[in-house]
Amino acid sequence: MANLTLVQAINLALVQEMEKDDRVIILGEDVGLNGGVFRVTEGLHKRFGGDRVVDSPLAESGIIGTSVGLAMAGLRPVPEIQFEGFLGPAYDQICTHAARMRTRTRGALTVPMTIRVPVGGGIHAPELHSDSPESIYTHTPGLKVVMPASPYDAKGLLISAIRDPDPVIYFEPKRIYRAFREEVPEDEYTIPIGKARVVAEGEEMTVISWGASVVQCMSAIEKSDRSIELIDLRTISPIDMETIETSVKKTGRVVIVHEAPKTCGVGAELSARIMEHCFLYLEAPVQRVTGFDTIMPYYKLELEYLPDTERISKAIDEVAVY
Amino acid sequence: MQQSGSMQPEAEPTPPQVQQAGRDETSALLASLPMDTVNHWLREMMLIREFEVRTMQAYQDKKIGGFCHIYIGQEAVAVGTIAAITPEDPVVTAYRDHGHALARGMDPKYCMAEMYGRIGGCAKGKGGSMHMFDKANNFFGGHGIVGAQCPLGAGLAFATKYRDEVINKERSKHVTLCFLGDGALNQGAVHEAKNLAGLLDLPVIYIVENNGYSMGTAISRGTTVGHEITRKADAYGIESAVIDGLDVLSVYRDMKPLVEHCRQTSRPAFVDMRTYRFKGHSMSDPRKYRTKDEEAQYELLDPIARLSKAMINNQMLTDERFKQIGKEVRQEVREAIKWSVASKPPGKDELYKDVYVEKWGPYTGTSLPEMLGGDES
Ligand SMILES: Cc1ncc(C[n+]2csc(CCOP(=O)(O)OP(=O)(O)O)c2C)c(N)n1
Ligand SMILES: [Mg+2]
Repeated sequence: MANLTLVQAINLALVQEMEKDDRVIILGEDVGLNGGVFRVTEGLHKRFGGDRVVDSPLAESGIIGTSVGLAMAGLRPVPEIQFEGFLGPAYDQICTHAARMRTRTRGALTVPMTIRVPVGGGIHAPELHSDSPESIYTHTPGLKVVMPASPYDAKGLLISAIRDPDPVIYFEPKRIYRAFREEVPEDEYTIPIGKARVVAEGEEMTVISWGASVVQCMSAIEKSDRSIELIDLRTISPIDMETIETSVKKTGRVVIVHEAPKTCGVGAELSARIMEHCFLYLEAPVQRVTGFDTIMPYYKLELEYLPDTERISKAIDEVAVY
Repeated sequence: MQQSGSMQPEAEPTPPQVQQAGRDETSALLASLPMDTVNHWLREMMLIREFEVRTMQAYQDKKIGGFCHIYIGQEAVAVGTIAAITPEDPVVTAYRDHGHALARGMDPKYCMAEMYGRIGGCAKGKGGSMHMFDKANNFFGGHGIVGAQCPLGAGLAFATKYRDEVINKERSKHVTLCFLGDGALNQGAVHEAKNLAGLLDLPVIYIVENNGYSMGTAISRGTTVGHEITRKADAYGIESAVIDGLDVLSVYRDMKPLVEHCRQTSRPAFVDMRTYRFKGHSMSDPRKYRTKDEEAQYELLDPIARLSKAMINNQMLTDERFKQIGKEVRQEVREAIKWSVASKPPGKDELYKDVYVEKWGPYTGTSLPEMLGGDES
C-alpha cells in the first residue's frame, strides 16, 4: 500500500501493465524523455526504453491513427493526448476508425486501445485546455468512456481499460491530479468498466457525478444535514443503470452534477433514462448542475463556470423540498 | 527498433544554425536603411522584450493564469517580417502570439489586459495569452491548436485574392503571413494547407519559426529531414528561403523581396526562419531537454544586443539613446499594466455573451471589446 496521488496511481498502473504484457506500448508528445506535460509517464522511458515509450511528433491524428493500426495488429497501445482540446485533430481516427472497426469487420478486427487524456477545468487554463467533451465520445457507439475521481479507482480502471478488447477513452480530471492522496494497493486489482461506485449511502436523495465534480459533491453533501447518496459514475459509457436505478428507486430524488455544458451533456442522457426506468418512483424533477452552454472562459470566470459547492447545495435543497 | 527515420546527417546537438551576416554586410545593410526605420525596429524589439519580461513576472505573481508562452529571443522574427508587409496584409499565428500582436501595432495595454483576464483585453479577458486579436490591424490571432492556423492562413490569402481579382477586378495585391512553429510542421493540417496554397496559387507565406524545439522534443527527434525543412515546401511546389531569424536586418533583407515576389506572382512561399526561444516552452518548463551551454551559445546571438551593437558601431545609436529607449519601453509597459489592473474582470453576464450575434435563450448577443469601439469597459 502506498499513499498516492491520481497521477502516481496512473503511473503505477502503466508500469505494472507494461511489466506484465509486452504488447502494451505508449505513444505521445513528450511522453518519453520528458515524462509528459503533467508528468504522468515520468520514469517510463527510462524503465522500458524508447521502443515501448515512444516520443511522437506533434501530430494527434497520427498518434491515434497509428495506435489504431497497432491495435488492429494485436498490440495494446496506450496513446496520450496532452489536453482534451487536442482530441480535435484526432477525432476522425477515433470516431471513424477506432469506434467502428469491430462493427465494420464484424468482429474480425478490433481496437484494444486506451487513449489517456487530461480533461476539465480548474487549473486556470483557457478553452481547449479546460473543456469537458465526454458526451461527444459517449454519443459515439463503439467507444467506452471512463473517468476516475480517485487514485484508487484511477489505477484499477486504467488496468481494466488497457485489458479491454475495445477502445477506451480514459479521461483524467486534471484538477485533481495532485489534489489529494489515497491508499493505493501495490497489488494488482481492477475496477470493472461499466460499474459505478456508491461513494456515500443515503436515503433522501441521489447525487450522480463523475470526475473532479465528485469532490465538489462530497463537500456539498458534508455540509448538508440530509441523508444523501452519492454515486460516482466512473464509467460514462456504458452507463451503470443498475446502480442508478437501485438508488433512485430508494430515494426518489436526483441531482446530476457535471462540468460539461448542459445541453446534450451526459446529464441529459441520465435524466432521460431515470425518467424511463424510475418514473413512478420520482418525487421531484431531476435537476442538473452543470457547466454552461458556452465556451470555457479564461480564469477570472472559470470558477463561475464550474459547478461549485454552493450551486450543488442549492440544487440539493430545491430538489429536497420540491 | 532504431529511430533512424529522421534522416539527420549526424546527430546535431544544437538546433540548426544559419550563416550569420558578417560585420561589413551588417554595416552595409544599416547604411541602406532609413535611420528612423532601424530605430523603430530596435524599439519594437525592446518593447516586446520588456513586455515579455513583465509578463513573466506577472505570471509568477499569479496575476496571469493558465499557460503563457514567451517570445523572448524571437523578437526579430515578428518585427522583421511584419516590417516587410503593408498594414493591409493579413497576419495569423498560433499561441506564442504576444510578439506578433505588438509588432502588428496592437496597443500593449489591450494585450496585457487580456493576460490579466480583464474586460479591457482584446478578447475581453476571456481568452488569455494564446488569444490575441487585433482586427483593425489585420491581425487574425492567436490560436491554441498547433498547426490549425495554417489552413486559416490559406483562407485569408484566398480571400484577399478573391476580393482583389473577382470583386474588385484588379490584380491580386495582398500577401498573408502565417506563422507556425517547427513542431507544427508535423500536423496534418499544415500539409493540407500547403497543398491548397500551392494548388490554388494563394499568396500566403508560411513562416516556420524554427526554434529547434517542439516543447521538449528537439526537431531532430520529432521531424523528418529536420535539417532541411524547406524540402517540405518543395514537395508542394512552393518556393522557400532559409533566413537568420536572430537578426532583424537579415530578416527584413530576405523577407522584403520574398514578399514582393509573392505579391507579384500571387503565389505561396515558405520560410525556414532559424531562431531560438530563450525561455522555456511555457512558464512551467524546467528545460531539461537542452543544455545550459547551448542556451548560452544562442544568447550570444541575442537579436536586440546584435542590432544595438551594430547601430552603435555604425554611429547610428549612442549608449545614452539606447538607455533612453529602454526607459521609454519600460514606461510604456508599466502604463499597460496599470491600465490592465484598473480594468475590471469580466462580469458573470459575460459568460453568455459573444457566442451568437443575436439574443436567444440564455445568450445575450455580442458586444465588441473596447479596442474595437465596443462599449465594454
Ligand atoms: C493540436 C495540439 N497539440 C498539442 C498542443 C500542445 N502544444 C502546444 S505548443 C506545442 C509545441 C509546439 O512547438 P512548435 O510548433 O515548435 O512551436 P514553439 O512552441 O516552439 O513556438 C505543443 C505540443 C497544442 N496546443 N495543440
Ligand atoms: Mg519550436
